[in-house]
Amino acid sequence: MIPFKKLVLIVLLVSFLGCDDNENTIIDPITTIGTITVDFNHYWGSEKITSADFNTTTFTNENNDIQTISKLKYLISNLTLHKANGESLKLNDYYLVDLAGLNSNTSITVSDVPVGNYSSVSFTFGFNEADNIEGAYLDLNSASWNWPAMLGGGYHFMQFEGKYGTTGTENPYAYHMGTARVSTDVFEQNFFDVSINGFIMGEETSTEIKMDISEWFKNPYTWDLSVYSTPLMTNYDAQLLMNQNGQSVFSLGVVN
Amino acid sequence: MLKRIKIISLIFIFSSCSETGIETYTAYSPTPSPLNIPQIFASTILPPIQSIDNPQTEEGVQLGRKLFFDTILSVDDSQSCASCHSPENAFTDTDRFSEGIDGILGNRNSMPLFNMAWNYDNKFFWDGRSFGLEKQALEPVIDPIEMHNTWSNAVLSLQNDLEYPQLFFDAFGTLVIDSLLVTKAISQFERTLISSNSRFDKHLLGEITLTASELNGFNVFMDETKGDCFHCHGSQNNPLWTDNNFHNNGLDATFLDLGLGIITGDPNDNGKFKSPSLRNLKFTAPFMHDGRFASLDDVINHYSEGLINSLTIDPLMKSVNDGGVQLSATDKIDLKAFLLSLSDDEFINNPDFQAPN
Ligand code: HEC
Ligand code: HEC
Repeated sequence: MIPFKKLVLIVLLVSFLGCDDNENTIIDPITTIGTITVDFNHYWGSEKITSADFNTTTFTNENNDIQTISKLKYLISNLTLHKANGESLKLNDYYLVDLAGLNSNTSITVSDVPVGNYSSVSFTFGFNEADNIEGAYLDLNSASWNWPAMLGGGYHFMQFEGKYGTTGTENPYAYHMGTARVSTDVFEQNFFDVSINGFIMGEETSTEIKMDISEWFKNPYTWDLSVYSTPLMTNYDAQLLMNQNGQSVFSLGVVN
Repeated sequence: MLKRIKIISLIFIFSSCSETGIETYTAYSPTPSPLNIPQIFASTILPPIQSIDNPQTEEGVQLGRKLFFDTILSVDDSQSCASCHSPENAFTDTDRFSEGIDGILGNRNSMPLFNMAWNYDNKFFWDGRSFGLEKQALEPVIDPIEMHNTWSNAVLSLQNDLEYPQLFFDAFGTLVIDSLLVTKAISQFERTLISSNSRFDKHLLGEITLTASELNGFNVFMDETKGDCFHCHGSQNNPLWTDNNFHNNGLDATFLDLGLGIITGDPNDNGKFKSPSLRNLKFTAPFMHDGRFASLDDVINHYSEGLINSLTIDPLMKSVNDGGVQLSATDKIDLKAFLLSLSDDEFINNPDFQAPN
């Protein structure tokens, strides 16, 4: 029997030696599991946008309106990796991306992801009909992310706000997206599915999902803020145009 | 490296020594008293923030209650927390600016106190400057325009009191009082101040039916083309009736009080204040951070036609260029009726929340 104290010393010694041993980490040849970090990064064209740009940086949209951004928050769900052979792996159920300074939420890390070649990445912008259940998610309720029942209920897909026009005479815009109301008590699903390029997954992989914010105002509809600024949640046409323009905002960015 | 191991094993030995040391002293056993989470919250929002190093106990809550209502914390024994946070006013007061012990007025309206354990960001005061209730409670005692005491003096008064040392022992296992323990006890009491029995809560639970006017008022509140209040003030799915976030809701063109901007130093935060909960408005007038509105009608008229533009006004004050959301006379009446249905008479009359004996 080794006395307890000595055992503690030995254990400590071993762990200290372990610390010094970093460079010689042996790669286990049969490891097939890795950790993936998915970063949601935001651009206006090629210019990267963070919350530091909020309120101050001005952008010129496709319609030549000058605008600022003060909030960009959106929900994605069922983030999934796909293999060419049809296998798929869901990384998470839903995630509220939020660019706001201190509480920013723009990155998902998942361990236990098999390494290998993934042919595409998909997710839903917002919630699909089955997931968009009124009041069902306590964290989203706590974040006041609900979409009014009179508009079909469930949750917001996006809250994107700021001002447009020349300083001093700006007008606010509130590009809020969710279920579309056709008429009283008649609603239309308004989520869309996004599929972007895949990548090769290693033991530590970080991938960037890029949102080009300018696309929300560009393609196919040249967004005119003087027509559609606010209220937009109740505006069926605006909701549909958001859906169309949203389809081209995401792409795969840097992978390493 | 060997030296380090020696030090570590020494620490091991010391810590085992001190453990036995504590055991011989331990003769107190406070009764755990976890927060009672109302069904209406449990079914909609995340659990309250628990303070890991300040668990709720019966003894702690009772001590906190006594301290909250005791003038002993002020320098001249004239003012308690309850002087500005009175139960009958949902723990605020009726003054526009509260008077401190020297008769000096502050520049902000006192805040009602309830459901604070659900303030997930844990930022307190109108400008969010205090992180956590325990930190918050350090301020009023020494604030020169509030209780104007020093902590060493307040602690001395408590230590010399006939009852307090024993009560601190019962709550925290020590006869030696310090400011930290005082704020811990007060915070425990404050966390028990839960309001969840308004008419609207009972309506959600299916216990009562609201009037047609109240129900229409709720629709005005939720309708983006009418009140559009829910983005900042909660909904049936967030029955805190606040987002606990900071906004400029269009009160002024320029700011005497910079609000959040003082704390962050960011001019884009100037004029932003924490959205207050809309619970208990029946008891909490006057309204806004500076108490400028004496009545709910004034508040509703502000959002309807009194909005004032400024650099940092929230885009959700979307009708600012028309002066506001332009509610009809009926919608105003109904909105007010709905807002008042969020008031909780049981809360203000709860015997557990009144001054002890
Ligand atoms: C002289 C009046 C006065 C006294 C006495 C006073 N307060 Fe206050 N309290 C205020 C005012 C005014 C505010 C808002 C101040 C601000 O935002 O700068 C406030 C804010 C608070 C808040 C923040 C609530 C929130 O939701 O952010 C808490 C908690 C609080 N007080 C607790 C206490 C406690 C505990 C005591 C006793 C130790 C106390 N107060 C004594 C006037 C007072
Ligand atoms: C952009 C967010 C936002 C929206 C939308 C909003 N409010 Fe507010 N509300 C606030 C903020 C922030 C304050 C505190 C402002 C201050 O004191 O400077 C406030 C204060 C109030 C108060 C005063 C409460 C108190 O205790 O002093 C009432 C009542 C109120 N709002 C009702 C409403 C109603 C009704 C609507 C819809 C017509 C509405 N609010 C829309 C953010 C908002």
